[in-house]
Amino acid sequence: MTDDRMDLIIANLLRTGVILAAATVAAGGVWYHFEFGADPVTYKSFHAGPHSIHSILQMGHSQLLILIGLLILIATPVARVVFSLVAFSLERDWVFVWITSVVLAILLYSMVAAWW
Amino acid sequence: MSVREFSLVVFLISAVAGFLGSLTGLGGGVVITPVLTLLLGVDLHYAMGASLVSVIATSSGAAAAYVREGFSNVRVGMFLEIATTLGAVAGAHLTAVVPGSALAVVFGLVLLYSAWNSFRNLEDHVAPEPDPLATKLRLDGDYPGPQGRIRYHVQRVKAGFSLMFGAGLLSGLLGIGSGAMKVIAMDQIMRIPFKVSTTTSNFMIGVTAAASAGIYLHQGYIDPGLAMPVMLGVLAGSLVGARKLIGSGTKALRWVFAGVVGVMAVEMIYGGISGGLK
Repeated sequence: MTDDRMDLIIANLLRTGVILAAATVAAGGVWYHFEFGADPVTYKSFHAGPHSIHSILQMGHSQLLILIGLLILIATPVARVVFSLVAFSLERDWVFVWITSVVLAILLYSMVAAWW
Repeated sequence: MSVREFSLVVFLISAVAGFLGSLTGLGGGVVITPVLTLLLGVDLHYAMGASLVSVIATSSGAAAAYVREGFSNVRVGMFLEIATTLGAVAGAHLTAVVPGSALAVVFGLVLLYSAWNSFRNLEDHVAPEPDPLATKLRLDGDYPGPQGRIRYHVQRVKAGFSLMFGAGLLSGLLGIGSGAMKVIAMDQIMRIPFKVSTTTSNFMIGVTAAASAGIYLHQGYIDPGLAMPVMLGVLAGSLVGARKLIGSGTKALRWVFAGVVGVMAVEMIYGGISGGLK
């Protein structure tokens, strides 16, 4: 594994994640517009409050599909960091294996901490 | 306004945001948040969620092209991400004890000065001597220029790393993207060529934003109906922006950067002063 090869794989990984996320969000968006397209907009006041997994699952199905697309989008940079970790291990660049592990640990901690 | 009309307007604005965000390495939040809150009357919480989605979409959308073409420096990005993510976590815990509005004014002034600085030195600085730490970490790299690839040395690694911690701290404290500080630290402190600085910042902001996504989702800031046109618009804009950057000269890019950071600084000072008066 060389740095150039790693760059190419990272680029493809990012592109795949983005295409997958965009297709899912677009599909959910079309569905959402068939259901609510003519309704008035309601973002003037904030009325969501803290979510739990349970309250998220109670959303409309079209919104849930958009949310799944957004989760794929959010997961894309995380997947990129995970892949870098593998790539630096294959390069036997232990300094960067360590650096990437720290980034990944902070990242996962801050993503998950809110839900506990 | 109906959901359909609203989505169309948001899509178009987001496309502009994605275009500017990918060109400057700042993400789309600079445009998205004020337009949604001030022009379209969207509540700030939803606007923050939309802005976060726009940053991740700009970053990933443009980064694919930038990494493949060899602009983004993945090693520099990874190394500095430790500093920014740690800073962001520390900053998020300090919000209760630090006066955010005063800080916003100070930070706004720093940004104004940096915009002016970026504007004054339109040419890239060329560093002749390598920094030993950069050599050890294999941070030096090359990027595509008009006549083949141009090699560069990364300077003042320690100073850059410290400033990145500060950038993360500020973004955690003020809840704003740290893209501007990232580009400034890489460009003006570490003497990394401007195109490499903006594209590496663009590559990094996705990770920094993903770190906040858990909290935003939990708090209900990310509304699917609003995030949908934002994400699709920003992606479209960022793909166009990425193509534009590859063919553009550094001077033109610095002009755009200085302009966008200037607007950002004014927004921040205004927000700080009006927030402080409440």
